[in-house]
Amino acid sequence: MWDYTPIVKDHFLNPRNVGDIPDADAVGEVGSLACGDALKLYLKLDDNKDKIVDAKFQTFGCASAIASSSALTEMVKGKTLDEALAVSNQDIADFLGGLPEEKMHCSVMGQEALEVAIFKYRGMDIPQHDSEHDHGHAYPDYEGELVCKCFGITDAFLKKVIETNSLTTAEQVTNFTKAGGACGSCIPKIKELIAQVLGESAAKPRTRPEKLSNMKKMQLIQEVLERDIRPLLWADGGDLELIDIDGSRVQVAFRKACAGCASSGNTARMVEMKLRDLVAEDIVVEEVTQ
Amino acid sequence: MKEIYLDNNATTKVDEAVFEEMRPYFCELYGNPSSMHFFGGQVQSKVNEARNRVAGLLGASPDEIIFTACGTESDNAAIRSALEVLPDRKHIITSRVEHPAVLTQCRNLRQRGYRVSEIGVDGAGRLDMEELKATVDDDTAIVSLMWANNETGVIFPVEEAAAIAKSKGALFHSDAVQAIGKIPINMTDSLIDMLSLSGHKLHAPKGIGVLFVRRGTAFRPLLVGGHQEKSRRAGTENAAAIIALGKACQLAAEFMEAENSVVKAQRNRLQDALMAAIPHARINGDGAERLPNTTSIAFEFVEGEAILLLLSEFGICASSGSACTSGSLEPSHVLRAMGVPFTCAHGSIRFSLSRFTTDEEIDKVIRELPPIIARLRQMSPFGREHLKGQS
Ligand SMILES: Cc1ncc(COP(=O)(O)O)c(C=O)c1O
Ligand code: FES
Repeated sequence: MWDYTPIVKDHFLNPRNVGDIPDADAVGEVGSLACGDALKLYLKLDDNKDKIVDAKFQTFGCASAIASSSALTEMVKGKTLDEALAVSNQDIADFLGGLPEEKMHCSVMGQEALEVAIFKYRGMDIPQHDSEHDHGHAYPDYEGELVCKCFGITDAFLKKVIETNSLTTAEQVTNFTKAGGACGSCIPKIKELIAQVLGESAAKPRTRPEKLSNMKKMQLIQEVLERDIRPLLWADGGDLELIDIDGSRVQVAFRKACAGCASSGNTARMVEMKLRDLVAEDIVVEEVTQ
Repeated sequence: MKEIYLDNNATTKVDEAVFEEMRPYFCELYGNPSSMHFFGGQVQSKVNEARNRVAGLLGASPDEIIFTACGTESDNAAIRSALEVLPDRKHIITSRVEHPAVLTQCRNLRQRGYRVSEIGVDGAGRLDMEELKATVDDDTAIVSLMWANNETGVIFPVEEAAAIAKSKGALFHSDAVQAIGKIPINMTDSLIDMLSLSGHKLHAPKGIGVLFVRRGTAFRPLLVGGHQEKSRRAGTENAAAIIALGKACQLAAEFMEAENSVVKAQRNRLQDALMAAIPHARINGDGAERLPNTTSIAFEFVEGEAILLLLSEFGICASSGSACTSGSLEPSHVLRAMGVPFTCAHGSIRFSLSRFTTDEEIDKVIRELPPIIARLRQMSPFGREHLKGQS
């Protein structure tokens, strides 16, 4: 049995705002029967066409899909369209007191329906891709190259979810989007996308500080390892452990897939370059085996 | 809340009489059956009695019974053994609807270079016998086919399949975990070489299984070590559970008649009433020969987990073939192999009864389920479109 919070149970057993709005201003539809969950969201705006005065939903899906939809409608009522767009899938999960990680895709579906409804209302066309796949489009309004055929999910959508939720493993991506959860043939591509997104966020301009005390330097080295380097290794099933810092000498040990890997020498050079970029030019990385 | 337990294919209640039979073998008669002293000897003779009782239910002789730790172990042991005793044969045949205890094992062996054929089923879940005939060849080491399917209850013609396997010199194994105790099984004049059963499906405790290996069939153990079970399964016997299983088999034989009359009538009443009350529903495996205690019904436009949790509010325990409950993201491999459309597979619910099921319990399900389905369909965007004008 899933470990649902009392709030999830309440929103599942007593869902708020079930139904439709015949004269809705905005409607967002995501998911399909084939995929196992689907949500149709209706929004009614005030006379200035700015504030959401009513929201209703219809959902086909499991308990957490119904609860996420119910929560979403409660959350957006009274918000302006811009405020509503700022609602993230994590906000929906938080509102419910959390969701099991395997069920995070339910909150993603809610956020998506909201975004699609508002984009469509604003006439911001999200062009459809017209690739063929096994069954239905999970997120028909997302352009981009089709990555997961089983669930009809594109790279653009995946990158967005990876980035906004700081996902670092393919398993997490499956939990959040379902992509990869059926035949699994798209998992290598998902790993590539994770690496891309991590690469892009790491490449965002961050300048090396001018002068550093030894203390500060040690802190910064640890920070960069945690934030910029380990996630890259995780994406390939590897990991690294910081063994020691002595001035500018940084000793690391490679773990999991990286341990004993023939190219760990290259990985060590990659780590060194990153640290030189972001901490200090004189850093030397040494690999220790223990 | 008192549970209404209609999930007996998942596991069963330990019969009180079974529990009483095993109770002394924890704190009082705790000896090791292999010991030389009288204290172990007492246990040994009770284990022998249990072996006779299990053999009795199967129409086997006691030396054909090997006690294992579970149905999964029995399945694994049977397949591994066949590959070892026929080392020149590199082909394994099974079906697309097997329990993971067989299917995962076969797929892992495929990674290690074995050729694995998975025989398909038709829309009612019946095995494609023509495909089986065409697939067995001189390279086939083992054909492993379940006696009855855990999700749909559909029964395979295993004797006929065994004859096909033997015609090419292959060994034949059947996972009879769901069939034992529900339908009569007799190994006396059978062509089946090996057969698995599991205690917790027939009112014995969890964690005890049996592998039947026909006398004269070569066998290589999975677990090696001590001389227990005539060196065919090392490890100190789980004496209390073995004794419990013996009792459970004895009771199963006594209740076999009731299982196929009383329980079957309850199952039929349940499925007929639900089919009459709920539009857009279908019975998975309808038309095929099925176990008397099982029915799997697909409700279109609704999702299984939501149904189960609403049933759970009334104390009703069932299970589902939906993706959300299987721990994967796709609906059950059994329903997909049968070609059940995705629109139905997600909303499939399995009810599995036992001799402890009461008429009142069946009444309650018949009363509570239709409004649950109606309520979820009211909530579903597809339900509304498809069911316009219906209640
Ligand atoms: C058909 C079938 N085979 C094997 C098993 C596994 O049995 P056990 O749980 O004793 O390992 C089960 C039960 O889940 C089953 O239904
Ligand atoms: S293509 Fe993504 S799971 Fe099959």
